Amino acid sequence: MPDNTVSAPITRDDAYFRLRQEVEEFYYDEAAMLDERRFDEWLDCLHDDILYFMPMRFNVKFGQHAERENTTADEGMSWFNEDKWTLRKRVEQILTGVHYAEEPLSRVSHLITNIQVKEASPSAADATEIKTSCRFFVYQNRVEHETYNYVGRRYDTLSRENGQFQVIRREIILEQNILLAKALTTFF
Amino acid sequence: MEKNIFGDTDLDAGVVDRRIFVDEEIYRRELETVFTRAWLFVGHQSQIPNPGDFFTSRMGEESVILVRDKKDEIHVFLNSCRHRGMKVCRYDSGNTSLFTCPYHAWTYSTDGKVRGIPQYKDLYDGVLDREKWGLIEVAQLVNYKGAIFATWDKDAPDFETYMGDALMHLDMALDCRDGRPGGSEVIGVHRWVLPTNWKYTAENFLGDSYHNPSHRSVDLIGIGPSGRAGIKGRRDGELETATHVWINFPQGHGVHSAVQPSFGNYTPPASDDPEIGEYFAECHKLRQERLGEESRLLPFTGNFFPNTGYHGGQPRGLVVWHPHGVDKTEGWRFFLVDADAPKSVKDYLRKFYMRYSGPAGMTEQDDMENWLYASKSCKGVIARRNPFNYQLSKDAAQQNPIVNGIQIRGRVTTQMTEHMARGYYRRWMDYVNDADWDTLMGKHDPRHNVVQAAE
Ligand code: FES
Ligand SMILES: [Fe+2]
Repeated sequence: MPDNTVSAPITRDDAYFRLRQEVEEFYYDEAAMLDERRFDEWLDCLHDDILYFMPMRFNVKFGQHAERENTTADEGMSWFNEDKWTLRKRVEQILTGVHYAEEPLSRVSHLITNIQVKEASPSAADATEIKTSCRFFVYQNRVEHETYNYVGRRYDTLSRENGQFQVIRREIILEQNILLAKALTTFF
Repeated sequence: MEKNIFGDTDLDAGVVDRRIFVDEEIYRRELETVFTRAWLFVGHQSQIPNPGDFFTSRMGEESVILVRDKKDEIHVFLNSCRHRGMKVCRYDSGNTSLFTCPYHAWTYSTDGKVRGIPQYKDLYDGVLDREKWGLIEVAQLVNYKGAIFATWDKDAPDFETYMGDALMHLDMALDCRDGRPGGSEVIGVHRWVLPTNWKYTAENFLGDSYHNPSHRSVDLIGIGPSGRAGIKGRRDGELETATHVWINFPQGHGVHSAVQPSFGNYTPPASDDPEIGEYFAECHKLRQERLGEESRLLPFTGNFFPNTGYHGGQPRGLVVWHPHGVDKTEGWRFFLVDADAPKSVKDYLRKFYMRYSGPAGMTEQDDMENWLYASKSCKGVIARRNPFNYQLSKDAAQQNPIVNGIQIRGRVTTQMTEHMARGYYRRWMDYVNDADWDTLMGKHDPRHNVVQAAE
């Protein structure tokens, strides 16, 4: 199930805003690595135990959304259900120079917005595990006329050790039903 | 036909006019002649296990509902209200006892009958015959080992006749890994839009093994089931010791399968996970016991006319290439596993399927790129004056040969070829020309009716 439900609202005090700023900086760094094609560096932003997940989404009857709108990581098919190994393979594939869906490379910009810290434990001041939510707009222009706009939500769990953030869980909710793109060659 | 809408297409010579992939008139005719007559894959019984379960699918450009009615009978209906055409179902799947039209609120029961028409007594009584205005149902439907195929043509031959000798290759995708007939289930459906004509994708699945170099990136890095053990390639073992067979069938189907020379040549996938590897080895052993010599025949890919492709092994599933405008296709990929496989095996397989297949799959992303830019070229005026070459392994096929001691039925080569595509487009032209069913089944095709016909 989506890991985006929060038990108690976090207090928006100074510690919260400081933490949020740090998270924002981390996200902007991460986006820059992807947009500037520093893929190897980006992999270091991901925890070795990462779950990187993008469900498929269905049109379901009102009232059934919680249970049936999205596929889950635990069974069946989704768009992405990755660990660090497959993500590394995806990077390696781009670096072969013969991954034709990304050769020549696309032009991509990640806009990350609406960033909020949803949970911080043990506390915002000394958090080692942080749950966040944000929105993304990923623009991709490919070869000449090919353009895709991916808009959606992202629910992350970040770990922080020695002040260093890493993504340990990332759920990417793309606001589409039938995928309106021929290939998902970018990272989110 | 008055004029030759196929342009320079000449399958005896092995050339195909580019216009067939971009011409609006041909596309319009295809919708009328191919997709209203041929048997099309709609879904799988495992998607609708209980009465009232439905799954919204497609046949050609049109939306259909696959539903199990309250009496447990499976139907396929056009998803269009008989009053003004509104979709009566806009959910991808679910369970219901009624389909209620959002527009004027006519309702239909799960067997397609009109259930309610608002103010019927006051406004329609004595005029509208409710029996006549139920949902439009396909003319024929078959539940073949769980796979639901349907056709709008009541005169179409039954499904098994339509499949001919290609049926045993479909079996290899649908049957359990240990050789028990049927027993598979769908664990998910990828649906996405590709900017290409639907025939590009269908043709690729017919057995275009020649496009192997386009997958070099995944072969280099290794993403197969055993990829984690450092094994390169995009699948485990490409049956190197087997004799590969590329088969064209008179009905237009085409497959790529392989025949092992002996029982011994088998390495189970999953060398990164001994327990899973053991499971597959055991399945393989049981399959040998069940099928005997025939078990040496193993599947790769294929396409059943017109647009149902499959992968029989790694990954495993059926894929339908729905026409969605002349230069757009909707891919619907139905992934299969043995329903009674342990959860660990299903998990192992689905994770491989996800990294291999579809728009997020490392292998097939590169297909999508090629299909887009290759088909786009067909629009050019100068480009269209120059047809495509389809001469690969021309005149190399044999009829029903013995391969490694097993008779392989159909027109067969043991080298890479485009003869499946050549045969496919012959039948496709017959459909577009609105030929009779004997012709569509290849009964008048001399290539399939003599022992050693030249192509
Ligand atoms: S369109 Fe369905 S009731 Fe009118
Ligand atoms: Fe391919």
